[in-house]
Order: sequence, then structure tokens, then C-alpha cells
Amino acid sequence: MRIPLGWLAEFVDVTPGSTVADVHAALVKVGLEEEGSHDFDLTGPIVVGEVLEFVEEPQSNGKTIRWCSVRVAPDGETAPDGGADVRGIVCGAHNFAPGDKVVVTLPGAVLPGGFAIAARKTYGHVSDGMIASSRELGLGDEHDGILRLATLGLDPAVGTDALSLLGLDDQAVEVNVTPDRGYAFSIRGIAREYAHATGAAFRDPALASEVQDASGFDVVIDDDEPIRGRVGATVFVTRLVRDVDPTKPTPPWMATRLSLAGIRSISLIVDITNYVMLELGQPIHAYDYDKLTGGIRVRRASQGEKLVTLDDQTRALDPEDLVIADDSGAIGLAGVMGGASTEIGDSSRTVLIEAANFDPVSIARTARRHKLPSEASRRFERGVDPAVAAVAAARVVQLLVDLAGGTADQLGSTYSQHAQPTPVELPDGYISGLIGAEFTDEEIRSALAEIGGDIVDIEGGLRVTPPTWRSDITHKSALAEEVARIVGYERIPSVLPVAPPGRGLTREQTLRRQASQTLASSGLVEVMAYPFVSEAATQLFASPNSPAVAAVRVANPLDAEAPYLRTSLLPGLLDIVRRNLSRGLNDLALFETGLVFLPEPGVVYGQTELPIGGARPTDDVLAGLDSGLPAQPRHVAVAFAGHAWEKQPGLDARPVGLADALDSVRQLGLALGVEIRPVQGAHPALHPGRTASLVVTTAEGETAVGVAGELLPRIAEEAHLPRVVAVAELDLDALIGLSPREVAVRPIFGFPAATQDLSLVVPRTAPAGEVSDAVVRGAGALLEDIRLVDDYRGTGVGDAEKSLTFALRFRAPDRTLTAGEASDAKLAGLAVASAEFGASLRE
Amino acid sequence: MSDPIVISDESVAAAVDAALAAIAAADDSTALKAARSAHVGEASVLSRLNATLRDVPKEQKAAAGKLMGQARARVAQALAEREEQIVAREEEARLESEFVDVTALPTRARVGARHPLSLLEERIADIFVGMGWEVAEGPELESEWFNFDALNFAPDHPARAMQDTFFIEPVESHLLLRTHTSPVQIRSLLSRELPVYVIAPGRVYRTDELDATHTPVFMQVEGIAIDKGLTMAHLRGTLEHFARAMFGEGAKIRLRPNYFPFTEPSAEMDVWQPNAKGGARWVEWGGCGMVNPNVLLSAGIDPEEYQGFAFGMGIERTLQFRNDLNDMRDMVEGDIRFSQQFGMVV
Repeated sequence: MRIPLGWLAEFVDVTPGSTVADVHAALVKVGLEEEGSHDFDLTGPIVVGEVLEFVEEPQSNGKTIRWCSVRVAPDGETAPDGGADVRGIVCGAHNFAPGDKVVVTLPGAVLPGGFAIAARKTYGHVSDGMIASSRELGLGDEHDGILRLATLGLDPAVGTDALSLLGLDDQAVEVNVTPDRGYAFSIRGIAREYAHATGAAFRDPALASEVQDASGFDVVIDDDEPIRGRVGATVFVTRLVRDVDPTKPTPPWMATRLSLAGIRSISLIVDITNYVMLELGQPIHAYDYDKLTGGIRVRRASQGEKLVTLDDQTRALDPEDLVIADDSGAIGLAGVMGGASTEIGDSSRTVLIEAANFDPVSIARTARRHKLPSEASRRFERGVDPAVAAVAAARVVQLLVDLAGGTADQLGSTYSQHAQPTPVELPDGYISGLIGAEFTDEEIRSALAEIGGDIVDIEGGLRVTPPTWRSDITHKSALAEEVARIVGYERIPSVLPVAPPGRGLTREQTLRRQASQTLASSGLVEVMAYPFVSEAATQLFASPNSPAVAAVRVANPLDAEAPYLRTSLLPGLLDIVRRNLSRGLNDLALFETGLVFLPEPGVVYGQTELPIGGARPTDDVLAGLDSGLPAQPRHVAVAFAGHAWEKQPGLDARPVGLADALDSVRQLGLALGVEIRPVQGAHPALHPGRTASLVVTTAEGETAVGVAGELLPRIAEEAHLPRVVAVAELDLDALIGLSPREVAVRPIFGFPAATQDLSLVVPRTAPAGEVSDAVVRGAGALLEDIRLVDDYRGTGVGDAEKSLTFALRFRAPDRTLTAGEASDAKLAGLAVASAEFGASLRE
Repeated sequence: MSDPIVISDESVAAAVDAALAAIAAADDSTALKAARSAHVGEASVLSRLNATLRDVPKEQKAAAGKLMGQARARVAQALAEREEQIVAREEEARLESEFVDVTALPTRARVGARHPLSLLEERIADIFVGMGWEVAEGPELESEWFNFDALNFAPDHPARAMQDTFFIEPVESHLLLRTHTSPVQIRSLLSRELPVYVIAPGRVYRTDELDATHTPVFMQVEGIAIDKGLTMAHLRGTLEHFARAMFGEGAKIRLRPNYFPFTEPSAEMDVWQPNAKGGARWVEWGGCGMVNPNVLLSAGIDPEEYQGFAFGMGIERTLQFRNDLNDMRDMVEGDIRFSQQFGMVV
């Protein structure tokens, strides 16, 4: 909302000498946040001049200029720029004659955009100033020649300051009006708030206009389908004005105020309706009465009904839309936009004014449905003072009479069925008990009276009836807010409350931190990708643990190419890999933790009917809301590209690979107390020979917790990534669920160990990990540790075979092992490996 | 067969002198080993002289024994001293040869980093946990009821348009990406025993295009405290304590009236940042207020018995002004150089 300060000052005593910043500072104290400020960006001297005479001079470029003699100061006096009283000025326009009063920008003046006026040589003359057009002054779009003051009905004395004459010296503040304060979408409301902030005297413009009775015009409110029981129109005032001349000019004071308020001047009648809306907050509609057929009926649209609105769009109406209709059908979308058939034009002579109050919900839905947010709908959605309609209509009538030459008619109507404001009880001590500051009885009464409340003493407190424009005040907490803000929030002291003893971070929260901290400590950089992905990415990176390719789709995505919510962290992580590569950062080790969204195919999520707010739903309803959400587990993913380290003195570069991803998986397992084992696996986006399923073995069996692998080279290439990109993704929530509550500890024995190597020949297809497991099972309790030290293929080993060498460490809990005992255990391990994999001892 | 030798003052002295000369001449451990072998080894003169002791007549035995003992002790001591010198010198030479340029050694461990937003989120959580609060969480894909209806956003009220919302298809499902972490407040009030003092950090979503000061996906932390007798003074006290922990002892809070559906009274909060680069200043930090009675009713709490406060702020914005960052895009793009500046510390 923009507020021209001159307009504001009509209704409240603005502190003399106040700057725009001062007014902002006052308004922010009562909750109207600063959005900006506006002015005409003009600096004088800009004065009224009179064209004395001119000579027309054709130019070589085909134009004819006028070399004018213009009086800019009374005879013999010095002009404000210190120059002579009569000037030579070159002018390109031809719409004036000797004797016309015009606006002259003298040397030293600055026009919008920093355009400085100076005496300068042009077309063979020194032009000592400029004759201005409306547009050059920022007064409007008119650029058909210069501004003749006679067209505005003005005949001021030569030398008059044109800035103050035309209102071009005014400025506006712009504030953010919160959705609860519909009344503040008016100069009236802002003036009241300014008075609250400064204590200045407020003069309510709603009390200034005298409301004349009018009747006889037929208005019927016929709402057969109220939305949630709220009738579409509760107030409907009409007034008739005859003999208007719509072609009369909008006076400059009105045009400049509209312009500062951000509303374009269109024509006198439209400008008057806008002016009154800005002043009082009451949207006004003006109909060409001669185009109306019969009386007005306010009703819901019928099925299939159409309406051509003022913007010449044909709109298919919804049966929920509230319309204004006459005998010909719908002639306007109530509270949103008027219809073309009854529009005011230059030939209109009789104007019917409408000032109504419509249901906020109905208006909001219609404005949204037809994508027609208007100045009117914005106000109705937030609530318009129902008591101001008749006043506003009277004000419009008065302006039409004063400015458009109209005659007020007795024909009109007044329908008013708006509910009276509901009183709110305010118990003694409530406000202090909520705000935590003391307020005297006097402060409370004065603040509530100031906002327009009607106060009655009752047993144990007050009964406060909010004013008609404060439909937001329905609870005593709102009264507390009013008192606190009017007295000032700086009254509130600072007291630290003592919370009951807390339990600290949960185990899950601690483990999650530990996982991230561990990955970062092991050299990975944490990143956070947006969760929006393309359909292709969704197909490729379906959840690693589920074949489901269903994904949640955003109805209004920012990027139409990426409307889905991620089912895997990998697409986002790979995007970030690519972004870093494009910036010349080639050696990457990244990780991310975050939610993925895993709907199950075919399941319908959400609820078509929601419970109402302000009451606790039943447990069943709450459970339904929860089960209506798809699973959103937290995952962790890593990605590696380039080298683990670059070439350095005495050290060759080491390219990354699957081993790096598996190292991270191991680190993660360590951080969470879970042993995660890789087993040969497969994934559509990963290298078929370099993919590991990640499993955790528990008493209940094996649980798949994720996948690791190198990206399929074809996919890497398509995504402009290097051939080797190693990744892993795990379900972090599942891992934390598998993490032991208490770690099982084995005793540590101090007897000497016996170490032996075991070289086995096995088929190449036998996974070393499984061979190792077989040896462990066979060797029994004496085997303390086993480590794969070599995988040999070549001379001495068959083509389809490989030789695996394990280093074994044996120890007994109660004695020093003999070499024989250790050998026996080793051979027992060999026996199991032979049975399961055909392993033989390598000679 | 060498000449027969006999223990005498002269023969022993000559052997000792020869040994001492050889020891002194030995320059490294190899030479010393050779000298040891030549002068105290089995074939050495001293050993052979010593071996003749058994042939020495009984009455001369004591004197000859003493002579031999002293001689051998002198040689042994000389050997030990020389060995110590040589070992020391050789170790010194070896250390010298093992010199490395400590500025040119290879680095084999990658350098990782946490994201500063995570670190800041954890820091905030720690401050509140230190005050006895707990950290609550909830889904990012939410039911509209938790995000709006339960928080006193009436259907069709323009307040809903204050938060540009990502809706989920089909829109009749009433699912959305949460626009604030306030749904977690409702979930906490529904699931926890009163009194409740929790903060809810997490990701939230608004349909703002990414620019220097906006991102459609960002992190927020909200707090809610519901107890008997909590007031706006407690809100201010909590925020000031939090501000001091975040920005230093001189930090303080200024409240300005504002509107949020879920609080009444509502306030915008500014924080006085005492250590801001370029001088102490007020900075807009977030919103807060006393929890609206309708919100308590949504969670089945009697607003006549319990009341409390809530507040919320953006973590990106906090990081931006706390660490004097110009462009929010750096926080979301994942350029490793950004996080690496922070390492493990925010």
C-alpha cells in the first residue's frame, strides 16, 4: 500500500517537518513494515509560464520547431533560476497558442531519470528552459504535445511554482499490509495507524461525508449457495448520478495522488472510484446506467454462464462465482471485475455507483479461479469495513457532482445485513499475563478505545466490542496484541524461562551427526542438492533397495524439466559433481545426507477432505493423515571422481574407484557401529562388474542397506562425467535402526598368537569374501583374524583359477598355541573351503 | 706357529699399546670391529698372553694375573669409549642423510568439510539443548493440515498466499512441501507430554526463484515452548539468550508488531549484531509471537491452562549475515571451495 503524504495529512496531523523516513519509522512501530518510497523525481525550478509569441521554423530534418518567447516571471522580476522574466525557448510541439499557460522547466531543474535542464544550443537558438509535457512531469501517459494548464481547468499566475500547483512535490511511503489488516489498505486506515504510532489527532474521513438517503433502485441479494454458510453479499449500496461529463479532465491533485499511490489515471469517473477506494478502502464500481436492463440481482453464476469482463476476456463462470446480474444476465464478477456491457465510456451520462461488501472467501476463490487479483478483490479478501459502504458511495456522488458536473439523484438503494461485531471479554490481568509486562488499567482502556473499540465494564474485566473494520479481532489475545503494540513492544522485558530437564539429542540425532562428521573427517565434502529431479533421473535411480519407480510429482515445479521429488540422492549428487568439474575442480569426494521420497506404486496418498483447524482431530483421523504420506527415509550418498590424490614428489597420482566408495561405506559402518558387507550386486545405472550390494547381517538375517558401484560408463558419458565415477547410497535411517543399542564385547586374551599363511587355489568365480567366510567357519574359535593378502592369477595356476593367500592369526584364550594346533585349525578351514568352493592348497 | 710369548711388563705393555693405537685409529664401526678382533680376539697377543697365565709359576701368578687384568681392562674401556663415539657419529651422519623438506612431502589424505549450514544447524541445536530443550523432526512432504489448517491458516485466507507453496499432484490430495517447520510444532504438541520446549530445524520449500537472497529450498529453525504462565517476556529472554550465544555478549533483540496466523501477538524480530563487519547493526532475523489459541486447540491443548511462544528464522539468512556472505547461491550450488573454507568450523 502506497500512501501519499499530502493525502495522509488530510486525516491525521503528520508531525511538521516529517521526512519519508520519519513516517516509515512511525508506521513500523505499529506493524506496518517499510517497503519503499516514491516521488515524482522532479527538482525545480519548474514554474507556470505564459507563451507570449512564437515563430515557426522549418528544419532540414523535416520537423518544424517553434521558437517561443515565454514569460516565466512577472514583468521586471527575476525568475527562480536567477534569470530574466521572459525566455527564448525552442519547442517541438504545436498544440498551443500565444496566451496559453504552460509549465516551464528552467535551467537547474531535473526531470525523472536524472534529466538535467540547462540553457543549451539547439536548432540555431539558445533554448533557455523547456516547455513540459504531462509525461515529462510524470503526470500521465499523455505525450501528444505539451501540457496546457487550461485543459486542467487551471489559470494560475505566471511564475507560480508548478510543482506545488500540480501536487508534484508530494511523496509517498509504501508499507506492507499484513493479511489480517484489510482496513489498512486505505489512507483512512493508515492515518489511524499513524495516529496510534504518534499520538497525533485522527480525523476519520468516514465521518466527513454526509450520507443522503436514496431508494427506489431494485436490488435483490439472492444467494442460494452460500460458501460455508456465508452469504455472498451483506451490504449493497447504489447511488445514481445524472448528467455527468466523463470527458472532463481529472484534476491534477487527484491525478498526482493516484500516480503516487501506484494507480494509473484512466478517466475522470474511473479515477474518482479509485480515489475513493484508496481513501476509504471501499471498492467502488460504476455502471453506465443507460446500459443496464432492469434492477440488480446478486447471485451465484449459473451452469455454463459466460461473462465478458472489462479486460475484454470472455470468462466461463463457475457456479460458485458470485455475480452481479441484471435482466440481461451477469454484468460483473462481484468484487473482482466489472463486465464490458455496462462499462462507462465517453458517451455515458448517467452513472450508477455500487459500494458493496462481499464474503472474503467467495471473492478469494473467484479471484484465484479466474486468475484475476484486483485492487478490489485484494481488499475484499482481507475484509472491508461494512459500515463504510454508504459513506464511500456518498463521497463518489459528491466528487461526480463537483468534478464531472453531475447531479445527484434520489434513485438508489441501501441493503445492509452485515452482522454486528461480536464482543470479546477481556478478564482482568489477562494482558499482563500474556505479555509479561505490566499495563495500567488506563493504558489498556485508552489503547482499546484508540483502535475504535467500545468498552463496557463487566464483572472481573471488560467487554470490548471491536470496531466494524476490525473483523480480525475475535479473541482476547488479539486485544492483548493491540494494547501491546500501541503501548509499544519495547515495554516487554527479557526473562529467560527455565525449561524442565531435557534428554539431549536423541540417539538417532547423535548417530546422524557422527555419520556426517566421520565422512567429512575421512576427506569427503558435504553438499546439499535440491531434491527436484527429472523423470529420466527418477527412472534410472529408483531407490537402491526397491524396484519401485514411482515418484512424487510437484504440481507447480519451478523447473518443468525436474518436477519429481528424488527417490535417490545420486542424481543431485552427480549434478554437483558435474558443476564442480565444469569449474575445473576435478578431484572430488562428496557426500550428502537427506530425505528421499518413496511412494509405492499404485498407492493413492493424501486426503481429499481435511479436518478443520482449531480442533484436535481424532486419533484415527491423525493416523490417516500420517498414513497418507509416502515414506521419506533419510539416505546418505557418496560420490568420487578424479583422483584420491594428484601426482606429488615421490608419489604417483591415484585414480578413484569403487574401493573409495567402499572405504566410505566402511567408515560409515564404523561411525554407526554396524558391519556393512559388500556382495556382488547389480544396478541399472552402475557398471555390471563393479557393483556391490551392501548388506548387514543380524540375528534376523541379511538386510540390504544400499548399493555401491562405479557409474555405468555410457551413463557417465551422457552426463558429461568422467568414465570412472564411484558412488554409494545407503538408507541412513535403516542403518541407525540396525546400530546396536549396546555393543557386545568379547574378552581380550594375552597368550601369544600363532600366525600362518594359507594359499588356496579356487575357481576365479569364487568371491574372495565368501572363501574367507568358509575358512573362518572351518578354522573355528582359535582363528582370531583373517586377511586377504594376495590374489594371484598366472603361471602355475589354471586359466580358470586364481590363488588367494590369506594371513591367519590364531590365539587360544587359555594357553600358548603350538604350531601343530594352529596348522590343524588352518587345515580345518581349508577343508570347508574345499567343500564349498573346491579350494586346494597351493603347492 | 708363532714365537713363544711370555708375560712380562714389556710384552704386555707392547700389546696394550698396539691395541690402543689400533682402536684409536679405527674410524668407523667396521675398522673398530677389525681392531677388536685383532687385539682382543682369540688369536690376539693379549689373549695369547692371557692363556699363558696357567704356565706362570705359582709365586708369580698373582702379579702376572694383575698385570694381565689391568691390561685387558684398559683395552676394553678404550674399545667401549671408541664405540660410543663411532655410533654417535654414524647416527648423526645417518640422520643428516635422512633430511627431508617438510614442505614438499606428499599429502595422502583428502581434506573433507561439513556444509556450513549443517554446522550452524548443529550449533543452534546445541545452544537450545544446553537450555534443556529437545530437537524435534518431521516429514518434509506434509499434509496441508499440518502446514496450514492446524496453524490457524483458514482455508482461502490470503495468509496462505504469504507462503508460496509447492503443491503435490494431484492437488486434491492436499499434500505439499512444507513451507516452514511449523508442522513439526503441531506434531510435537500432539505427541509430547506438556510442558513442551522443542526446536525444529530442517529443510523447507517456497516457490522463490534462486537469487542472491532467495532459494526455493532452504533451512529454517523454529522453536516452540508451551507451559503454564509463559509470556512474551520469556520469548524475548529466550531469543536474547540465543542471540548472545550466536553473536556475542553484546547481542540483543528488538521486537516489532507483525502478523502471522499462528501467533498472537506476533512480532518481527531484529537482532543487534555487535561484531558485524563494518560495524554493529540491527538485522532482520525472523518472526515470533505468542502461540495463537487456535493452534493449541488444533493440538487438543486448553489455551486457558497453557500458553507459550514460538519463533523461527532462516539458517541460510543467519549464515549470510553472521559470516558476511554476499550470495546465497554459494550455499546451494555445492562448489567444494565454499564448504572447504569452513572445514569443520562455522
